[in-house]
Amino acid sequence: MNSFKDKLPPLGTLGPLIALVLACAFFASQSDRFLSTQNFSLILAQVMVVGVIAIGQTLIILTAGIDLSCGMVMALGGIVMTKFAADYGMSAPVAMACGLAVTTLFGYFNGVLVTRIKLPPFIVTLGTLNIAFAITQLYSGSQTVTDIPAGMNWLGSTFTLGGATVSYGVVMMLGLYVFAWFALRETAAGRHVYAVGNNPEATRLTGIPTEKVLLWVYVLAGLCYGVAAMLGVARTGAGDPNAGQTENLDAITAVVLGGTSLFGGRGVVLGTLVGALIVGVFRNGLTLMGVSSVYQILVTGILVILAVATDQLSRKGAR
Amino acid sequence: MSGTQHNIVMQAKGLVKRYGQVTALDGADFELRAGEILAVIGDNGAGKSSLIKCLSGATVPDEGVISLDGTPIYFKSPIDARRAGIETVYQDLAVAPAMSIAENLFLGREIRRPGFAGNVLRMLDKKRMLQESIERMNDLKVGIRSMTQAVETLSGGQRQCVAVSRAAAFAQHVVIMDEPTAALGVKEGNMVLELIRRVRDKGLPVVLISHNMPHVFEIADRIHVARLGKRAAVLNPKNISMSDTVAVMTGAMKPEDIPAECLA
Repeated sequence: MNSFKDKLPPLGTLGPLIALVLACAFFASQSDRFLSTQNFSLILAQVMVVGVIAIGQTLIILTAGIDLSCGMVMALGGIVMTKFAADYGMSAPVAMACGLAVTTLFGYFNGVLVTRIKLPPFIVTLGTLNIAFAITQLYSGSQTVTDIPAGMNWLGSTFTLGGATVSYGVVMMLGLYVFAWFALRETAAGRHVYAVGNNPEATRLTGIPTEKVLLWVYVLAGLCYGVAAMLGVARTGAGDPNAGQTENLDAITAVVLGGTSLFGGRGVVLGTLVGALIVGVFRNGLTLMGVSSVYQILVTGILVILAVATDQLSRKGAR
Repeated sequence: MSGTQHNIVMQAKGLVKRYGQVTALDGADFELRAGEILAVIGDNGAGKSSLIKCLSGATVPDEGVISLDGTPIYFKSPIDARRAGIETVYQDLAVAPAMSIAENLFLGREIRRPGFAGNVLRMLDKKRMLQESIERMNDLKVGIRSMTQAVETLSGGQRQCVAVSRAAAFAQHVVIMDEPTAALGVKEGNMVLELIRRVRDKGLPVVLISHNMPHVFEIADRIHVARLGKRAAVLNPKNISMSDTVAVMTGAMKPEDIPAECLA
């Protein structure tokens, strides 16, 4: 019962890791600048924001939902925290808390529409995607907010660890991954997230309040987007109304590449970290090779379709 | 059977349920005795499923009283019924396919670790749940080797066995089975019937809703026939033929024409 085989991660978890190693090997062969601690520090820093958004996205996709608004909600959070600090002279922690509150509220709003009015997550978040984008543009007047308190940059500051420069934001991202992994795997609440994605009706009949679980998932996702906003502001040193546009789809890509099924109920959040790294490695590697950014978008598109196709085909094989 | 004092576990008197103009239940009675398998049969629209929904908490009757061990009960949801010790198994394999058997058995009733890990970190006691799953499945002689395998790796019959075992493990009073073999093949269906019998033999009374007459006659101790929103009769499968049972069900044989030895 507790055999060695049970303890091995299934291929679904190993697959993304193998893909990551292969991608690294490929880019190492193409560019001699790729394999350096400095470059890996850069990739981590570039992945930080999308990585945290993707934690929230993973939660939602595990329940067989999807959040198209993630990047736009993050952008709104970033604008709110920087504008509040710049316009009202709020201290960094207070302004950041306000930004977190706004993104969490957006998550709550998504969750209420999905659970109470039973609208499909795809449609709900397509709506909030546009709402969040419009509010961000209107509130900021499409202007970047650069006059921010020093405290907002702290998460972007770095320390050196064995030759690599690591920012506190990256540490925070890794910490959040470990926390999410633990909660999803070891607690009843985490297992209920999987159960809701697996078979919502059966889950409801066991007495689990499935709507409450779903609502919490959307709220926590909103909180993740707020944290990502903090990291984004710290990394760029500004509130950017046009932030989040690549992250919006990259986050979904990361989740799918990480082996989480779009049909819900299957996946591991650490896979999402690997997925985010795959996206980051591709973007970084292609840049080093001098490939234009349009081709990078092309490659990410192909990657998503490949990942979803693999998911679909492997499910068929399992049945 | 006559003359013995029967211990009644669950009883319903004069249940009425209307849906707009349609009267689904028109004063239906119901009686489940300790340690028996009571089959509930009836044509479509006879009030069979409305009756079961009232008993399992899925609907609230407009009139009438349901009592459990002599105490009147009022269920507002299946969760109320579950709390009262009544578990229901549904036809459509109500399990979470990607989760393990042990996880499915304990879904919604997870056990946490003792001490700091459980109270503060809210960690699950996976070892204990696994151990108890093994014991419970062994108890019911369900021959599934690994409790850590995903339910989707099992056959339909094995999955239904998981659902039945879960119900049996947690039901304190009654297990209700709504067409548990309808989605299964012959061999798989027999496997589940065998398990239902073992559940009864462990002392839990079972209410079995089924369209499958051979299955009903194979394992039922008594047969409750629903007709026109009422209970037409309760039959003894040992003394009545399958065709006469169908005649009672369809109204071709009047309840007052049923020979006394056929009643139960």
